Amino acid sequence: MATLNSNVPSGPLAEKWEHHKFYTKLINPANKRKYKIIVVGAGLAGASASATLAELGYEVHNFVFHDSPRRAHSVAAQGGINAAKNYQNDGDSVHRLFYDTIKGGDFRAREANVHRLAEVSVNIIDQCAAQGVPFAREYGGLLDNRSFGGAQVSRTFYARGQTGQQLLLGAYSALNRNIANGGVKSYTHSEMLDLVVVDGHAKGIIVRNLQTGEITRHNGDAVVLATGGYGNVYNLSTYARGANVTASWRAYKRGACFGNPCYTQIHPTCIPVSGDYQSKLTLMSESLRNDGRVWVPKRKEDCKKAPQDIAEGDRDYYLERMYSAFGNLAPRDIASRAAKTVCDEGRGVGDTGLGVYLDFSAAIARLGESKVRERYGNLFSMYQEITNENAYQTPMRIYPAVHYTMGGLWVDYNLMSNVPGLFVLGEANFSDHGANRLGASALMQGLSDGYFVLPATISGYLSGQNPGKRPATDTGSFKEAEENVQSMTKRLLGNKGKRTPDSFHKELGKLMWEHCGMARTAAGLEKGIKAISNLREAYWKEVNVMGESTDWNQSLERAGRIADFIELGELMCRDALMREESCGGHFREEYQYTPDDPETKQGLVNPGDVKRRDDQFAFVAGWEYAGAPDKTPILNKEPLVYEEVKMSTRSYK
Amino acid sequence: MKVTLKVWRQKNRNTPGGFKTYTSPELNGNMSFLEMLDVVNEELATRGEEPIAFDHDCREGICGTCSLVIDGKPHGPHKGIATCQTYMRSFKDGDEIVVEPFRAKAFPLIKDLVCDRKAFDRIQQAGGFITVRTGAAPDANSIPVPKPDADLAMDAAQCIGCGACVAACKNASAMLFVAAKISHLGLMPQGQPERYKRAKAMVDQMDEEGFGACTVTGSCEAVCPKEISLDFIARMNRDYGVALLKGDPKAVKGGGAG
Repeated sequence: MATLNSNVPSGPLAEKWEHHKFYTKLINPANKRKYKIIVVGAGLAGASASATLAELGYEVHNFVFHDSPRRAHSVAAQGGINAAKNYQNDGDSVHRLFYDTIKGGDFRAREANVHRLAEVSVNIIDQCAAQGVPFAREYGGLLDNRSFGGAQVSRTFYARGQTGQQLLLGAYSALNRNIANGGVKSYTHSEMLDLVVVDGHAKGIIVRNLQTGEITRHNGDAVVLATGGYGNVYNLSTYARGANVTASWRAYKRGACFGNPCYTQIHPTCIPVSGDYQSKLTLMSESLRNDGRVWVPKRKEDCKKAPQDIAEGDRDYYLERMYSAFGNLAPRDIASRAAKTVCDEGRGVGDTGLGVYLDFSAAIARLGESKVRERYGNLFSMYQEITNENAYQTPMRIYPAVHYTMGGLWVDYNLMSNVPGLFVLGEANFSDHGANRLGASALMQGLSDGYFVLPATISGYLSGQNPGKRPATDTGSFKEAEENVQSMTKRLLGNKGKRTPDSFHKELGKLMWEHCGMARTAAGLEKGIKAISNLREAYWKEVNVMGESTDWNQSLERAGRIADFIELGELMCRDALMREESCGGHFREEYQYTPDDPETKQGLVNPGDVKRRDDQFAFVAGWEYAGAPDKTPILNKEPLVYEEVKMSTRSYK
Repeated sequence: MKVTLKVWRQKNRNTPGGFKTYTSPELNGNMSFLEMLDVVNEELATRGEEPIAFDHDCREGICGTCSLVIDGKPHGPHKGIATCQTYMRSFKDGDEIVVEPFRAKAFPLIKDLVCDRKAFDRIQQAGGFITVRTGAAPDANSIPVPKPDADLAMDAAQCIGCGACVAACKNASAMLFVAAKISHLGLMPQGQPERYKRAKAMVDQMDEEGFGACTVTGSCEAVCPKEISLDFIARMNRDYGVALLKGDPKAVKGGGAG
């Protein structure tokens, strides 16, 4: 059994971080350069961490599978980044951002981590502005804000609909500066395929060069994974096609616990699926819900009518009806489930019946088309490219799609996993968003972890490691890990099956969406586990991978990643089955509020809202690999101890 | 609908390549161009032929990974969008479509339709940043930026680094890319201290990478998926000129505070 000690420092919540930074051991400048840190990934978390660690004086080696560190999928975040600056004087504060985030996560995040995130948020905006990130400005030259789902204040900073791109370019520029001055050595087209553990500590990685196929060993005094989320387990998602779980999964197989894998975010405003050939779902920024109104027809018979022909009185603005305080800005999990509910009632729109309207006519009447164009022009043109429809004239059609994973490798307060020396940042870890992430909080967490948290905590670990004494790459563990990678490559290429890797990915995606999607049941999850474990066996019998190992080979890259996704899918179903409650994005049909529950009668929740069971499930599930894919993984628990906040019913009414 | 594809196939940099012709399976107008290639590749793989290598990632027009010259035009027939957001409804049943990689000396080929654009990273490393240490930043609102300046900087900063400007240019010049980067930072007050040094360093690196000269034909602007304006090249040239006139900063004499 692994030990999951959160290592949350003692003391009052608001002072923990300051105290912890003071009591964490430092490393003297002359010794820092003797420590070599491996960072995998260069999205917001990986690029900001690499740059900052190099500035501190460590020797940093950064690895990305992309051709350039600037391509990571952080680049695609549209809406914005939260920070408790209170520039709008609308009552925001660190405590309010903390509370909104912990409530948004349905009281399943670690309290102390979330408070630290809210504290650090203000420094992030300062840092990014100083780097030249062209945030939106008011005419006086000061920073502009907008509101986002799950909050009643305007605390979101943005750069048109391309905030992620601009923040990533900022972190990338900091990384570049440190590559140029020799602080960071950058490896591109380099995919991490195994973690090397020496005497229980993470001390290196095995990497495949995607251009030449060469496999190399890299040692370090610590390994940092900032490798993103795993939503592509569903095949169709808003993730980039290349996004994968491989780095995290191979670390899991080396002993790192996987935290809350079933917590998946299904984003309410995506363009609906149009056909079986589809490779990707496109997100329409949540910021659209500031001015767009979500509705479906009240009557099934009206669903095939043109939206303009449905009278105002025959429309059901269901979010405004069900959640009057937050309306169209209800959190993502709630808005998604409500869309599913109305579509399940047969009131969905579009060819497939799996869609709801997002209507801007009221905003256009109020603000004028030019103002709406200024705010959302790029999103409207993106919508038109994909659907061939003009959303200034007819409402957009949207439907929920997989967008983010709150689960990830388990980490303690220092962002270190249960494998000493292995740190995990950003979406790849599990810690800050609980069972549901609020909009504009992912960018905040990635940069918080990379710029401010890890650089302050990693010295606590390194100070216990002798400088300059990291294991050499010719030792047994490195050799064994390299052989493991080589044999998997050989096995994939040598398999004489008939099916393509992508056909398995599609099949996995359908199983996951059906059994472990927006609504889950014990029976469905059991079916899912069986079907996915059969799929895993079939994969190794039937898959056929074209090409060679010593060449650019995209089929081989994908084949390895899909093998990992299949194993992960099974674990997600197991986690969802174990968690006999509903919380945030995890909705078990067996656990929902009924009209007879006191909370419903008091008007706190609607019938059908998620029902938590704090008495039994107020813990983080940390799953531990049992040594083989067909062995049942071991469940470890970290109890969620709330020192200041009271776990309460999450109400947005 | 069905189309015929004439695709550039090349095993690697050292092996000569050539066009191969493929007939697509039945397609749907709502497919993206890359989804069409996925479908063709699935069919190739199923009958034991190696799939066509092509670069792609976010498939929503922002990461800059996808490339392709489609019927002679980088990123295909439409203005202001990348290949990944080009849909098959832009083509007709029975069309023959020629698909090639981005071609430029500074973008060496890797395989089929994939080329190596690391030269762009090296240009950025030469000076595409504002020197600010993490934690050393003043309050964000202590540096007001006039809205028109911030908006213009954002117009430049939108560049996705795809390299279509280079592929479209008869001289394989990277001026639009470099100008966008220099203008973004040069327009912000935070970018002033290093403005001229940055322009000089990035232009010098661009030349070193083997990109060609600019003859202001504007084909780069025409194919840019983010419609970055040629005006930024004028701005870069001015900053570069000023940098040359200013010359290198005087070396500081040695000696410490002891």
